This record gives sequence, structure tokens and C-alpha cells, in this order.
Amino acid sequence: MIPPSTDFLIALPEISLLVVASVVLLIEAYGGSKNAAYITTLLGLLLGCVVVAFAGSPETRLAFGGLYINDAMGATLKVLTCFSAIMAVIYSRQYLADRGMLGGDYLALLLFAVLGMMVMISAAHFLTLYLGLELLSLALYAMVAMRRDDVRASEAAMKYFVLGALASGLLLYGMSLLYGLTGSLELGRIAEVVHGGVKSEKVLVFALVFVVAGLGFKLGAAPFHMWIPDVYHGAPTAVALFVGSAPKLAAFAFAMRLLADGLQPAHGDWQQMLAVMAVASLAIGNLAAIMQTNIKRMLAYSTISHMGFVLLGIMNGSLAGYSGAMFYAVTYVLMSLGGFGMVAYLSRAGVEAEELDDYKGLNAKHPWLAAVMGMFMLSMAGLPPFVGFYAKLTVLQALIGAGWIWLAVVAVMFSLIGAFYYLRVVKLMYFDAPAATDTIPASHAGDAHMLLSANGLAILLLGILPQPLMTLCAYSVQMSLG
Amino acid sequence: MIGLDHYIILGSILFAIGVLGIFLNRKNVIILLMAIELMLLAVNLNFIAFSHYLNDTAGQVFVFFILTVAAAESAIGLAILVVLFRNLRSINVDDLDSLKG
Repeated sequence: MIPPSTDFLIALPEISLLVVASVVLLIEAYGGSKNAAYITTLLGLLLGCVVVAFAGSPETRLAFGGLYINDAMGATLKVLTCFSAIMAVIYSRQYLADRGMLGGDYLALLLFAVLGMMVMISAAHFLTLYLGLELLSLALYAMVAMRRDDVRASEAAMKYFVLGALASGLLLYGMSLLYGLTGSLELGRIAEVVHGGVKSEKVLVFALVFVVAGLGFKLGAAPFHMWIPDVYHGAPTAVALFVGSAPKLAAFAFAMRLLADGLQPAHGDWQQMLAVMAVASLAIGNLAAIMQTNIKRMLAYSTISHMGFVLLGIMNGSLAGYSGAMFYAVTYVLMSLGGFGMVAYLSRAGVEAEELDDYKGLNAKHPWLAAVMGMFMLSMAGLPPFVGFYAKLTVLQALIGAGWIWLAVVAVMFSLIGAFYYLRVVKLMYFDAPAATDTIPASHAGDAHMLLSANGLAILLLGILPQPLMTLCAYSVQMSLG
Repeated sequence: MIGLDHYIILGSILFAIGVLGIFLNRKNVIILLMAIELMLLAVNLNFIAFSHYLNDTAGQVFVFFILTVAAAESAIGLAILVVLFRNLRSINVDDLDSLKG
């Protein structure tokens, strides 16, 4: 049976991205220049954005016999995923070129990872969900191990691989139990069956534990967070930058598809699990980050605490909670790209600006860069004029609206503790004297410099005018689930 | 007569062995890869048993995909293992300790 041509039209963004990824591989195989691969990658991702915008439609449509879904939330997340991948590529260009990693192989892996994310975002079936997840993960494992001569990178890759495979195993086991219980692999059908009542409530909860644990691994929420600090620390900064950005959007989509699309009727059961994971993530993320001396590791623990906030939004189970979580995930990706982008930008051939001490006195040497970095840090801490504040506010509002006062209080307390280590970076940049050996040389990548400035200003601007993005998130969630 | 529950119990035992293998093994990274494989095969067993029980082929199709992905996963895992051995001259799990904090 051949699926109707409209199905292929729905999957056009993924198909075009696959073609571009293959072209980039061919450019590498036939000895094309590094620049050709780089430009093709950027144009391909841009093409992905454009095709999603034109092929997408606000109404929900299923394709390929219920494997694939096209809805407003998916389209929005796909555009943002492509966009953040473009930013990650531009930020990491100089870093990769300095280390001889910029080539068709790296860029093709990155494109395949983006393809995996897009498949995950529009999955309406366990099979597409799993295949998208694995396409993303396998590409990321290889990217982390890209620096073959680096002990730390290969150790990080091994840890990432083993824990990622464990997570996939847990997830699949949960899926197999859900399949046995509901007799279907389609998320929509599963929701109907669970809504009508399943034979055994116990097995449902048992399956949910496995699925939520697998999800927690992929999101990087405590107590399944062990891989995040090691991977961010050990991987080349350019890879950490990518791992910490677009995949978070895909992980959010993954959680939404699985929990909100497929298991909404079992909301009462998974809500408890997500609440525990969220509180653990906030506690571990914020407390452990204080003790770090490496900025990549510190940002890794900060990721864990931010994922706690995303989980707080999702666990609400209401449209307000979902759109708050989406807004949080989108703005977090913007801040994370900026933070890691700065680390990559300040690193030069043979010099990694990844210790906190490297940021001492940055203001004296590069006042504008220090100001931009300060914006990222203050925004992550959740200080008012920046967008991080509104992201936290929307999630907390939804929480209080649903009557979870104590959770909101806990979240605010841990955010206060967390503000300490973000402000420490600001203090190091502005009030400490630069180290005697000047480790941070003059910068020279003009494109990354401009993008960093734009990124910083976007965070400020979205903080002053958060309404358009908030409306977009609320609208997409409303259209997809309402 | 061997029924559905026997398969599910066997699957859960195999899965538990796989998970324990990952957490208890402190010796060799290759054993980790074997434990991962065992976990995925336990899942496959579950899917096939349910698929037969429900008279629905979708579960068996899923198994083919899991097998394929597992093969790709092992390939990448072994590649990372080779890289790791070249750098570290060891595949002992306890030697993977340069990253902590």
C-alpha cells in the first residue's frame, strides 16, 4: 500500500532535511571544501524552517496510517529547533575550525540529529517516537566522541552511550507493557483505551514508572541526571553547546507526545512522579552547581534545575501548565545557546575558556562581551528585566492556579539558592582582577560576535515584551490539545 | 501449557538481569554492552508475546525496528569503546573516573 501523496507533503520538512544531510555527506565524500559543507548545512536548516512554515497548518493532521502527526505545536517546535540548530552551528564554527573538526562528517551528524528531533516532535506512534529518539541519540553519541585523541571526550561519550541505552531500554520496556495493556502502539488510541479504563491499574502504573524514568533520562531530570555533567564537561564545547540546546525542545515535545497526547487520562498517576523528579532536579541542580569550578559543569547542573522547572509546568496537566513549560523550554534554549556560545567564543585554538577563573576581569578586556554574558547569567537566575523571569513566573502561576502552593514555594526557594552561582559569574567578570596570565585572547569570529549580541538583546527584548512568544506557545498548545 | 504470563515473567527476569548488569558490573565495559543488548532482547520478547496474545502484528513489526536500531547502537558503542581503549589503554569501568564533581 502506497500512502497518499498528501502524507509526503506533511513530512516534507523531514524529507528535505534528509536530502540536505545526504548532500553534506556527499560533499565530504567527494572532497568538497569545508566551507561548502558549512554553507549547505546552514541553508539546509534554513530550508527546514521555511518548509515547516509553509507545509504546516494549524489544524491537526495524521499521516502514514497514524504514525505521523502535524499540528500547531509540532510546527512551532520544529521551526524553533531548526533555528536553534542554526545558532549552534554559527556559534561553533570558529571553535570547530580551530580544532580541525569542522567538516562534512560533523555537520552531517548534526543534521541527522536535527532530523531525529523533528521526527520525535511529530510522532503520533511509539514507533516514530522511538526511531526519532534513537536517530537523535546515536548522532549525539558520535558527536561527543568526535575528538578521537581526547580522553575526556571518549569517556564522556562512553558514559552517555551506556546511560542513554539504559534509558532507551527502560522506555521500551514501559512501551511494551503499555502495548500489552492497551493493544495499540498509537498514542491517540492508547489515550482512548486508558480513558475507558484498563484491566489492571497496577500494570498501568508499573508501565508509567518505566516510561517516565526513560523520559527523565532524556530530559536530564534528577534522579536520572548523572550523564549531564559528565557529557557537558567532557564533550568539546561546540558539542555541549548543541546537546544543551535544540534537543531540550525535542525532549519537551517527547514528554508532551507521550504524557499529554498518549497518557493524559492517567494524569493523576504520572503527576506524582513528575513532581518528585522536579523537586529532586531543582535541589540537586542548584545545590551541586554551587560547588563547580568548571563553567561547563556549572551550566550542566543549571540545565538540570531548569529541566525541573519544565517538569513543574508539564506535571500541572493543564493547558496553562503545558504552554508555560513550552515557553520555559524555548527561552531556556535561547539562554543556554548564549551561555555555551560565549564559552565557545572565548575559547581559541589550544585554549579552552572553561574554568570559572578564566572569566575573571572579563569586563576590563571586553566590556560588551561581559555585559552580554551578564545578561545570560541574570536571565538564567530569573531576574526581572530578562526573559528568564517571565519563564519562571508563567510556570509558577500555572502551579499556583492548580493549587500546588508548596511546590511553588520550593521552586522559588531553590531558584534563590541558584541565583548565587549565576551572580558569582557576574562578580568574577566585573569585580575581580584578571588572572596574571591572560588566558583569554582577543576575539576574531565576527559572525559569532554579532549573533551573541543579538542573542543577548533578544533575551532582554523578550523580557520586556514577552507577550508575542507567550501567545504563540499558548496558541500552539491550545490548537494541539484543546 | 506455556501462557502469556510465562513469557512476561521471563521477559521481566531478563530485563532485570540486564539492568543489574549495568549497575553491578565494575569490571569490563564490554559486559555493559552485553547487558544493554539483553535488556533490548527482553523487551523484544515482551512485544512478541503481547503481539501473539493480542493477535496484532504491529508489535512484531516494532521488534524488527528495535533489532535494527540495537545493531546500529552496538556498532556505535563498540566504536566508542575502541576510541576509549586507544586513549585510556583500559576498558575497566573503574578507570572511567576523570570526570567527576
